Amino acid sequence: MMRYLIPLFAFMILAAFLLVGLSLNPRQVPSPLIDKPAPKFQLNQLHEPDKIMSSDENLGKVWMLNVWASWCVACRDEHPLLVQLAKSGIVPIYGLNYKDERNTALQWLKRFGDPYAISIIDSDGKVGIDYGVYGVPETYVIDKKGIIRHKQIGPVTVDSLEKTIIPLIKELQQQV
Amino acid sequence: MARQLNRVVSITGFVLLLLLLIPLTGWSKEAIPVAEDLEIEKRMLALTMDLRCLVCQNEPISDSRAEFSNDIRREIREQIKANKTDEEIIQFLVDRYGDFILYNPPVKSTTVMLWFGPAILFVIALGALIVHLKRRRVQIEDISLSQEQLEAAEALLDEEKKGKNV
Repeated sequence: MMRYLIPLFAFMILAAFLLVGLSLNPRQVPSPLIDKPAPKFQLNQLHEPDKIMSSDENLGKVWMLNVWASWCVACRDEHPLLVQLAKSGIVPIYGLNYKDERNTALQWLKRFGDPYAISIIDSDGKVGIDYGVYGVPETYVIDKKGIIRHKQIGPVTVDSLEKTIIPLIKELQQQV
Repeated sequence: MARQLNRVVSITGFVLLLLLLIPLTGWSKEAIPVAEDLEIEKRMLALTMDLRCLVCQNEPISDSRAEFSNDIRREIREQIKANKTDEEIIQFLVDRYGDFILYNPPVKSTTVMLWFGPAILFVIALGALIVHLKRRRVQIEDISLSQEQLEAAEALLDEEKKGKNV
């Protein structure tokens, strides 16, 4: 009896590992920046390129940094959700326009709506590297002290917003 | 008539000769230098060979043509120019992208299984093999036959031999 059961158990353990492996997403690389200060930046604004926005301006409030680009197809998927979130007024969203052309970026916002309090231009992707960006879109939740609390790799979904991001933002807003 | 033909031949020959000159008119360009500074490029390549491209995860940054790898290569070149050491550059990238960017991750609590898992599995398999072999030896030794049984077996074998010879 044991001779048949041992291979069966071994197979079941192997199958369990493989099954878990299948459901993992290798694209979700955990960011080492979670619970670390958000990298500082000073970048030109997309709408008014003469004006500079500094990340320090957002100290004291909870905010979201959404990395987007007009060439990014997945950004279109999440965009309506961001527009909706911006309308709800729960949290200000700042857009990091990543390695994009200014004109096409502006057209893109005109066409799909502009959820961003301010969009800033990261034309050579330098600030992107500081934030560990490797797959646009990416979204960061940053708390009042300027610390990154959450990173969403890939488009935000209704599920991720309702289950993770919005509850986290509300909790962070309670903190002094 | 022959004169005319001669003329046609010589004109054609001349035109063909002219055609031979076409390649000389300068479609060639000076080769674009692969890198501004060979030393920097060498160090950059040595570094990026052990770094993972996060977009195409089974490719090192040195081989990858992804936009991400281009950016990292550019960043590393700039840092080499700024006289950063290799360790500083690696640390810079690990701070931003985590250990995952390293093909050779450090031994840590999170990577213990990665480093020693195969060795542990090997020891388990080796143990199982040893136990199995020992058991088998016991089984083989266990089979001892009495004198009568041996004789009976021999008689059976003899019978078979005779049967075959027939």
